[in-house]
Amino acid sequence: MLHFERWKIALIALVTLAGIFFTAPNFLPKGALSGLSFLPQKQINLGLDLRGGSYMLLQVDTASVSRDRLQQLVNDVRKTLRKENVLYTGLGVNGDAVTVRISNPEDVEKSTKAIRDLSSVVTANLLSGGLPARDLDVATSGGLITVKLTETAKIARAQSAIQQSMEIVRRRIDELGTTEPVIQQQGADRILVQVPGLDDPQRLKKLLGQTAKLNFRLVDSSTTAQQALATHNIPAGSEVLYMTEDPTRPLLVQRRVMVGGDSLVDAQPGFDSRSGEPIVSFRFDSTGARLFGEVTRDNVGKPFAIVLDDKVISAPVIREPILGGTGQISGNFTVQQANDLAILLRAGALPAPLNILEERTVGPGLGADSIRAGTIASIIGSVAVIIFMIAAYGLFGVFANLALLVNVVLIMGVLSMLQATLTLPGIAGIVLTIGTAVDANVLIYERIREEIRSGKSVIAAIEAGYNRALAPIIDANITHFISAAVLFELGSGPVRGFAVTLAIGVVTSVFTAVTVNRLIVATWVRRRRPKLLVL
Amino acid sequence: MKRLKLVPDNTNLPFARYASLAVGLSVVVMVASIVLLFTRGLNFGIDFEGGTVIEIATKGPADIAGLRAHLSGLGIGEVQLQKFGDDNNVLIRIGAAHDGSSTDDQGQIVVQKVKDALGTTVEYRRIESVGPQVSGELIRSATMAVLVAVALMFVYIWFRFEWQFGLGAVLSIFHDVLATIGVFSLFQLEFNLTTIAALLTIVGYSMNDTVVVFDRMRENLRKYKKMELRELIDLSINETLSRTIMTSVTTLIALIALFVFGGEVIRSFTFAMIFGIVIGTYSSIYVAAPVLIWIGVKREWGTTSLGRGKAEKKA
Repeated sequence: MLHFERWKIALIALVTLAGIFFTAPNFLPKGALSGLSFLPQKQINLGLDLRGGSYMLLQVDTASVSRDRLQQLVNDVRKTLRKENVLYTGLGVNGDAVTVRISNPEDVEKSTKAIRDLSSVVTANLLSGGLPARDLDVATSGGLITVKLTETAKIARAQSAIQQSMEIVRRRIDELGTTEPVIQQQGADRILVQVPGLDDPQRLKKLLGQTAKLNFRLVDSSTTAQQALATHNIPAGSEVLYMTEDPTRPLLVQRRVMVGGDSLVDAQPGFDSRSGEPIVSFRFDSTGARLFGEVTRDNVGKPFAIVLDDKVISAPVIREPILGGTGQISGNFTVQQANDLAILLRAGALPAPLNILEERTVGPGLGADSIRAGTIASIIGSVAVIIFMIAAYGLFGVFANLALLVNVVLIMGVLSMLQATLTLPGIAGIVLTIGTAVDANVLIYERIREEIRSGKSVIAAIEAGYNRALAPIIDANITHFISAAVLFELGSGPVRGFAVTLAIGVVTSVFTAVTVNRLIVATWVRRRRPKLLVL
Repeated sequence: MKRLKLVPDNTNLPFARYASLAVGLSVVVMVASIVLLFTRGLNFGIDFEGGTVIEIATKGPADIAGLRAHLSGLGIGEVQLQKFGDDNNVLIRIGAAHDGSSTDDQGQIVVQKVKDALGTTVEYRRIESVGPQVSGELIRSATMAVLVAVALMFVYIWFRFEWQFGLGAVLSIFHDVLATIGVFSLFQLEFNLTTIAALLTIVGYSMNDTVVVFDRMRENLRKYKKMELRELIDLSINETLSRTIMTSVTTLIALIALFVFGGEVIRSFTFAMIFGIVIGTYSSIYVAAPVLIWIGVKREWGTTSLGRGKAEKKA
């Protein structure tokens, strides 16, 4: 007990010093820290509940990806059958399949083959083990042809939709200029977004809540939208859309897209040179520019619609062919709206809508209050425990408190080193650890008291105290660790932060109680050689 | 120097004598908790029930009645308002629709409406909105977590001691968790994810206490091979009593500091832990130990001090 091997002492000192080394940066302002290059630059990572920010769990609507694909399939089947000169009826989406009835029995085989040729090869990494498979499943019964998406195709599409969504979410958030956003995939179809220190979370939600599918289409002038709606006679190939500004005003727009938003290479907010109102100016890539030029050349004098997410932003009349591949969108925007639209167009459209499943936003005011309250509670709690330990165990209480101090330093050092997130419940976890960390020392001291009462000499009692208390210390702390581990698995955000500090605290408190404290006590006993121990 | 001693040396309190009484009391508490759970139910927070919580700070003391009148006209369902900590902090809670019409984006619509209604005259300190899909998953994973934690504890104690000890420990955990849930039901305190975190902490803490008593029992079982089990359990509890009380007190000191100074956000969290520490200390003495009196434990323990029960079984 009294004898500590040199390497053990060195190791304990080294661990303690490492703790101080990694904890130190937290007490320096960022500016001063970067000047001290010998220190690690990592500070404790504060959770969103302490620094303020938004946590959002988004779900990619993968069902809509399949729906879009089926809709597209209807068009492809229509084109194919026309090309093959096949008569058909009842072509449309039916549940999760596209069905079509071939009028003429001898055309069935030819049609089936042609439709089957529409399918392409896809690979879904997860399910088929990377084996490529066809994306369409074509079945014939009588004259009825049923086309379904294969499971592989659905998974492959969903996967790529999520990948793409993550990329676009990242681009949109980056445009907000926030620091250190976290964007992660969660589960099969979810995206976790954590954005610290945001002034206006509502703006973030608006940016994420829009698909931002932009396209340019011609307005169908064969009849008016009001008339088409009144007579329930909407021309084939057209649809009724409403204006963004005035959702009651319908407009009849061709389904066919002249140019899509994917042809945009740039979009910038600006002001109209004549009216001075906020606008978004854009530029097409070369294909888009050529297409737009051709369509505008052929349709001078007719209106066209700028459609964003199935709503018409504006429907200007084409005055002259637009050949330069640039243009501007005006729609009575505010400056912020123009700004945000430009961001959305630059970042690109989401492949599917995103639903916000869960949101937790903490304002900077509450975060600062929580830090203050947590700090005050930690200090008061620690001081109270320290006083109590001294009152109960005197000098040995001081020894235990020294170990406690090392413990707190180690917890902070490990948190900084691992860059684990400290949350408000995490602070509670540290305070709780301060309360329970002395437990190991209490176990040891109570054991020493007992051994002294049973007549052992001071040194023998201390020796026995440390040895015999070890088993319950280990057992008790493992049970603590188990519950922290389960909690870590369950939790997200603040609760996980609690589990982290609890788990780190369990490990460091065992270390400090059975080594640091023991070393201190051993050194004291060796120097003083006490004959009598008042504990 | 005079030492503070919460428990005098060499206590000899007859714990086992009151075991039946204590067990009776525990059974009453557990039954009452179950009855409360089914009659009063739990005041689930939005984590488990879905819905929206918005914490605002008004300039000057908040006019709750005025806010209520203002918000209840929005057609966003039932709106609850309460002061939260300070006089100018108000917690607005809007429940999710219970008729199944609630969708995942409903919370976002509610938030938008409240923000439109209150404008920028108030500071939005916190906005939390949980959709029905996530709240359902959270209930499942929280229940799983508690069950998994209890199961792991049982397995661990079984390995380190004997299955009888494991059973005693699990019953005492069960008791603590149930009693805590009962208190949450009785006072209709908000039951949310952090409450589950508190419950798991209580599980860990209660086990900690139980293990220390068990460890001493095992030691005494080796030392006094002929001592009657009741007497032996009494002795073990008495020997560890000072430690049990000391640790409970230091933990409670830390938790009470948190409860008083840690802010409104974690108050129910710390309350649950304070209650759990008290009940956990009680249960390691009066639930875990009596179980052992009833089902008995094996008496032929080896003499190695740190050996595992399992390994010695065949010897």
